[in-house]
Amino acid sequence: MATTTIPRSRRDAIAKRWQRGRSGYMFLIPWLIGFFALTLGPALASLYLAFTKYDVLTPPVFTGLDNFGYMFFQDYRFRQALQVTFTYVLWSVPLKLGLALLIAIALDKGTRGVDLYRAIFYLPSLIGGSVAIAVLWRQLFDRDGLTDQLLQLLGWPPGTSLLNNPDHALKTLIVLSVWQFGAPMVIFLAGLRQIPQHLHEAARMDGAKTMQRFSRITLPLLAPVIFFNLIMQTIDAFKAFTQAFVVSAGTGGPIDSTLFYTLYLYQEGFAFFRMGYASALAWFLLIIIAAFTALTFLSAKYWVHYDDGR
Amino acid sequence: MADLKLVNVCKSYGQVDVIHGVDLEVKHGEFVVFVGPSGCGKSTLLRMIAGLEEITDGDVVIDGDYVNDVDATDRGLAMVFQSYALYPHMTVRKNLSFGLEIARVARQEIDRRVAEAARILKIEDYLDRHPAKLSGGQRQRVAIGRAIVREPKIFLFDEPLSNLDAELRVATRVEIAKLHERLGATMIYVTHDQVEAMTMADKIVVLRNGVVEQIGAPLDLYNHPANLFVAGFIGSPRMNLLEGRVIGSRTGEIEIEIADNVRITAPIGPLPDVGKVTLGIRPEHFARVGAEEAQLALTIDFVEALGGETLVYGSLPGGSQPIIVKLDGQHLIENGASLSLTVQPGQMHVFDATGRALPKMRATAAAA
Repeated sequence: MATTTIPRSRRDAIAKRWQRGRSGYMFLIPWLIGFFALTLGPALASLYLAFTKYDVLTPPVFTGLDNFGYMFFQDYRFRQALQVTFTYVLWSVPLKLGLALLIAIALDKGTRGVDLYRAIFYLPSLIGGSVAIAVLWRQLFDRDGLTDQLLQLLGWPPGTSLLNNPDHALKTLIVLSVWQFGAPMVIFLAGLRQIPQHLHEAARMDGAKTMQRFSRITLPLLAPVIFFNLIMQTIDAFKAFTQAFVVSAGTGGPIDSTLFYTLYLYQEGFAFFRMGYASALAWFLLIIIAAFTALTFLSAKYWVHYDDGR
Repeated sequence: MADLKLVNVCKSYGQVDVIHGVDLEVKHGEFVVFVGPSGCGKSTLLRMIAGLEEITDGDVVIDGDYVNDVDATDRGLAMVFQSYALYPHMTVRKNLSFGLEIARVARQEIDRRVAEAARILKIEDYLDRHPAKLSGGQRQRVAIGRAIVREPKIFLFDEPLSNLDAELRVATRVEIAKLHERLGATMIYVTHDQVEAMTMADKIVVLRNGVVEQIGAPLDLYNHPANLFVAGFIGSPRMNLLEGRVIGSRTGEIEIEIADNVRITAPIGPLPDVGKVTLGIRPEHFARVGAEEAQLALTIDFVEALGGETLVYGSLPGGSQPIIVKLDGQHLIENGASLSLTVQPGQMHVFDATGRALPKMRATAAAA
């Protein structure tokens, strides 16, 4: 019988390579432990749980595709959560990116005190996602809040609460999201600074006016940055949770009008202890985000241009 | 095609004055070169003509119209930038047609002009490529093509060859000169390379520190530099500038001592009361002679044999005044040897203590 042995010289080479990389691998170990124990492990576990009935207290029972069948054909709250989330994403992302670009262009002019303005405009992004701001937001828009008083001045009846009104609650959360335009703004600013001044000058010499330069030079050259911001903000918007949780006290109300997908997932998993179903919801959200990202990537070849002509 | 007039044009950035009252007239179809060292203000002046920089004082007049307050977009000029400034997201064809599309020129006319420019510049094969896929020389052609298609009143070139290698620079230089001849267009060209200025210009404007030092035809500047700066800047290798002292003066000529027992008679007059002067002799205006005819004996430090000519670096007795001599053909000369030289008659320039050229008489030189 033939046996395979590693030649001595090759064994030496492998040992040498291991010796050389050993300290590197040692430094990697804490991260690897974290990745496997806290990310990959739970993710794979939730993939399994998505096909089970699991109430956390008793062992999971394999149910095949039951969770997904229920999700797609019977669960009206799932459809409501999808509708709320899609509405939120489709309004908040373009509005936020548009405002961020507008402010970035204004700040790119190099006016006096631009650094201070940049810091002020970035501030909402630092604090906007916090629970404290969501609570403050709730005070502002709730019954007898500041907006209520302002609306009364405009002739609205007293006791108006935008957050307690199913027609306005989601819109208010979209405004709260758009207000946190700082992060994409900073990235847009960096992108604008990357566009060489001589291209704007060449366009001026070619007779292009301000708006023509913006649409024909600035926007196309900023496309890679817009592309990046679009993907990051879309993913962020799909994952939005804190604001809806705080302003609706975790109910997604009024009348499920702020029932974000992640909030519904949280309710299913941690309020109703349907962890199997919550896992199925989580994996479906991943598929939605992946599909959106893939579509954005596919569309990129029609509108994103890189300096190297790609 | 248009003419251009600059009247006392000034430019300041805060308290710093960078252009000091430039007056200039450029006629229809003229090729004018702004030349000067880095930071002399030549590019700023060009950008002021283009409308990319505001004018602090003075007037810019194009075809009789004052354009100080007219934006670059409306001046009808075209500019070729040092960095090419091609739009990276557009194909070559789009780069060429962009200005015409903005001006809402009919599609057929755009296609005709793009095809014509591509043919002239031999870039037909690259029309559907992006700039990133082109070499430096090809990009430069596209940049020039973008200017051509617009049929501008004036072409402006801002150091367009400085990013090209030496060989391509010479070839493109010739092509731009041919293009000027073919189009008959008014062109203003900025460079720090005096060889480009000499070979391309109808008229050269020499600038230093925002001041026009001299304006004239290339050979005028070469033969009659107005001051020490122009004398040193125009010509390659640069003119030898030898400090001397006037030790004798007769009608129409002066005797200058440039080193111990080295005296040269220069045809200058009438002579104001000058003591120290600078004698200017171009490297190519020396001739190698026998020891008995020599005006100067040069101690050789270094020799560059270039084949068609020989550059000799040496110094006068005492070693204080370095001299470059350019001799035609090939010469077997060793370092440390002595080279007997005479100066060609009529080829000496004398500058007074302020650096201003003294009026030249018929030139002769005499051995001390």
